[in-house]
Amino acid sequence: MTASETAALKTMLFALADDEFIIGHRMSEWTGLGPIIEEDIAFSSMAQDEMGHALGLYSLLHQMGEDEPDTLAFLRPADAFRNSICVELSRGDYAFSLMRQLLYDGAEAERFEALTQSSFPDLANLAAKIVQEERYHWIHNTMLVQRLAKGTEESRIRMQSALSELFPYSLGLFEPFGGNDLLVAANIAPDENTLRQRWLNRMCPLLISYGLAVPAHQKGDNWTGDVEAVFGGRNGRHTEHLMNILDAIQLLRKADPKAAW
Amino acid sequence: MKRYSFTCYHQPIEEGLALLGGPLPDHDTQWPEWEVFIQERRGGSHINVGAVHAPDGEMALILAKETFTRRQPCVNLWIVNTQDIHSTRYEDEAIFQSTFDRSYRNTTGFKLEKPVQATEVS
Repeated sequence: MTASETAALKTMLFALADDEFIIGHRMSEWTGLGPIIEEDIAFSSMAQDEMGHALGLYSLLHQMGEDEPDTLAFLRPADAFRNSICVELSRGDYAFSLMRQLLYDGAEAERFEALTQSSFPDLANLAAKIVQEERYHWIHNTMLVQRLAKGTEESRIRMQSALSELFPYSLGLFEPFGGNDLLVAANIAPDENTLRQRWLNRMCPLLISYGLAVPAHQKGDNWTGDVEAVFGGRNGRHTEHLMNILDAIQLLRKADPKAAW
Repeated sequence: MKRYSFTCYHQPIEEGLALLGGPLPDHDTQWPEWEVFIQERRGGSHINVGAVHAPDGEMALILAKETFTRRQPCVNLWIVNTQDIHSTRYEDEAIFQSTFDRSYRNTTGFKLEKPVQATEVS
């Protein structure tokens, strides 16, 4: 791997690891507050899965010369985070969190499925493990979103509001980053535009089949979003929501960075 | 069509219902109960480990997976609607008790005096 490929790969790994870490924390905010205890347990367990993915990705960065995973997670300032804005938004009502999970896990499934073919073996192996866990997430999210979208008037309105609010942010999960072309040329990682296209083709017909209105249109085999994607996160430009989450997560570690756990 | 104002901060259910003009007629969050059976290895019995609330059997499988199989091995799950189970009553517990001596039904009633010896047949 050339030096510029390595730099591009690190840029991508930070983006993916930070996405997993931040969404994992947002999910964990429902622990003890879920709508019913069974769903509380399932959602909390999936939060742990996402944290596990974050640890795997941070560990890969550590192998490539970056700091320890704990240091990366707990001691970086907000502008060093490369997560998309989609994952940092406050948890909202349960419809918002669940819809975000469906949109995010759909993106994760496409992304890590493609990464199982990476020419970088450590990443391909990690991707294979992540894909395996994502199978359950996908089944869980699609089943529950479908039932709520087709449930009562209230549940349908809540799911539609969540989708309308989140759609521009979820397009931002595929925000371009410097060096993506180098990674594509070296077969290390897929092209973000290709991923976004696969994701749109996966999500749009599904959401429409649940009776939801999706701000996108179909042309031939491909779907295109009708709203502008919200970018910024991959370049370290975040909202107040990230400051708020990092204050909560980092408080204890920053109080005594040398404490043993 | 009622307008629904959305903020991405937590919105309590009361607020959402107020926007809809009060609870809906079918506003009922009590889901049916489903019995969960896990099979630890292929060919083994499915053992009842508890129950979950879920809107239907398919959803019950998904919720039972996280509730019951995270800390023990499982290769297969069964879900049965609790309503579909026929059960005896604890008031009738006496039907399982043997009032008179029926120890002859127990294999312990047979005493093995001497192990059977293999005999040579010439």
